[in-house]
Amino acid sequence: MDWLMAPWEYAFMRNALVGGVLIGAICGAVGVYVVIRRIAFVSGALAHAVLPGLVLAQIAGVSLFAGALAAGIFAALAIGFVSRGGTVREDAAIGIVMTSMFALGVALATRAGGFRDLSPLLFGDILGIGTSDIVVLAVFAVLALGALFVFNKELQLASVDPTHATTVGLNVDLVRLGLLVVVALAVIAGIQSAGVVLTGALLIIPAAAAVLLARSIIRLMLLAVGIAVAAAVIGLYASFYLSVAAGAAVVLTGALIFALVGGWRRVRG
Amino acid sequence: MIGPRFPYCGRDHEAPVPGAPALAASGLSARYSPGLPLALDDVSMAIAPGDRVALVGPNGAGKSSLLKAAAGLLRPLRGEVRVLGHAPECCYDRVAFLPQTTEIDWRFPIDVYGFVLTGRYVHLGWLKRPTTLDRERTEHAIDNMVLGGLAHRHIGQLSGGQQQRLLIARALAQDAELHLFDEPATAVDASSRELLAGVLDELRERGRTAIVATHELDRVATRYDRTIYLSEGRIVPAPAAESDHHGHG
Repeated sequence: MDWLMAPWEYAFMRNALVGGVLIGAICGAVGVYVVIRRIAFVSGALAHAVLPGLVLAQIAGVSLFAGALAAGIFAALAIGFVSRGGTVREDAAIGIVMTSMFALGVALATRAGGFRDLSPLLFGDILGIGTSDIVVLAVFAVLALGALFVFNKELQLASVDPTHATTVGLNVDLVRLGLLVVVALAVIAGIQSAGVVLTGALLIIPAAAAVLLARSIIRLMLLAVGIAVAAAVIGLYASFYLSVAAGAAVVLTGALIFALVGGWRRVRG
Repeated sequence: MIGPRFPYCGRDHEAPVPGAPALAASGLSARYSPGLPLALDDVSMAIAPGDRVALVGPNGAGKSSLLKAAAGLLRPLRGEVRVLGHAPECCYDRVAFLPQTTEIDWRFPIDVYGFVLTGRYVHLGWLKRPTTLDRERTEHAIDNMVLGGLAHRHIGQLSGGQQQRLLIARALAQDAELHLFDEPATAVDASSRELLAGVLDELRERGRTAIVATHELDRVATRYDRTIYLSEGRIVPAPAAESDHHGHG
């Protein structure tokens, strides 16, 4: 059984484990609303749009979380600005802002020099998680999971029947905006693990697998968190023993769990 | 349809004005957007608390628009609409609205019990959790609509008739003073129609008001206290064959 404990003898692996569990908890729970409200495109777009913020933060030597947060907020406002008045549809606005900001990130990185390799930003660097990152991730987890718990009633109401929500006085646009902020928190947390390109998978795959197994929000969230955390832990083992990129290993493990769950559902009918 | 900005908070709700009609309209005109014809054109009427009122008229007559105006979803262009003596946005907790078409996501992970419980949220507002009273009202509404055996079934697994009963159960769980039902008997079977008739009777016994847009002309004489006829957004006199039984607003 030594092989089970061997990876955790290294401090960077222990940090990655704690970080991976926190990221799994955030992305698993938030991902449930991303999947059932069909806003996967938005979460993927947000992840791509924060690249210039990450690059600038790295150049300035400040927290990557701060850079991602600033870029995420700018992206959300830009999407609202481009699509205001309905002349440009929201999905088109998201596509425009996402690709433009991603291109800006790549341009900034190549212009600034010093970026021998963009891969830690593009594909994540979970093995580089430090103690301060874990503190930030813990705060994100409290904020994101706390918001889902406290506003569960309103999220349900606005999601299942927006007309009824409006007639009882609930501002469904406000609920949508609040959910996007929580999704942004999850995306920024996920980038540490899976990077700009793969973060969408952390939000979508565990929740999509959970949707095949459960039919209540609470069970869905517990299952999605369980699957996301399992993917993080198994992915770290795979990365350690097979020498593959940790972020990719975590995402592939999630995809494998999804395939197993999907296959089981199909066999069971 | 416009989206109102009502306060989602029970403490802002107003108590009914004593003696006020359950629903009153005065010179009410409304349209869905500029350039469109009026959906309601100079409508004036008053409905007493406890009445069961049928709204009758062809498609496009203004039945749904009148119900939406009462629910605060269609704002007056001219005139006013009062619910229990107040503007609709002051006492929407006392109004249960069952629209003809809904935007319900039937794949959303929620069971029958959880869905009907959402009818109680208007009394809770932000942060508060459902109480024992909320749960009792929910169970009573589910039993009333004979959905008890399906309480833990996912809403997407219900038949069309059961889904309509589910929506009525949610409206009943709200325990409102004024019930606005927009063609609730459309596309449901005979037993569901009988259930709905029983609901209207029970609401009347409890002094609650029900206004129902309906095409069931053969039943308005027996099931409703009063019938209001609408045509092209206006209240019109009863057709000659009907006028022996019913007044109009």
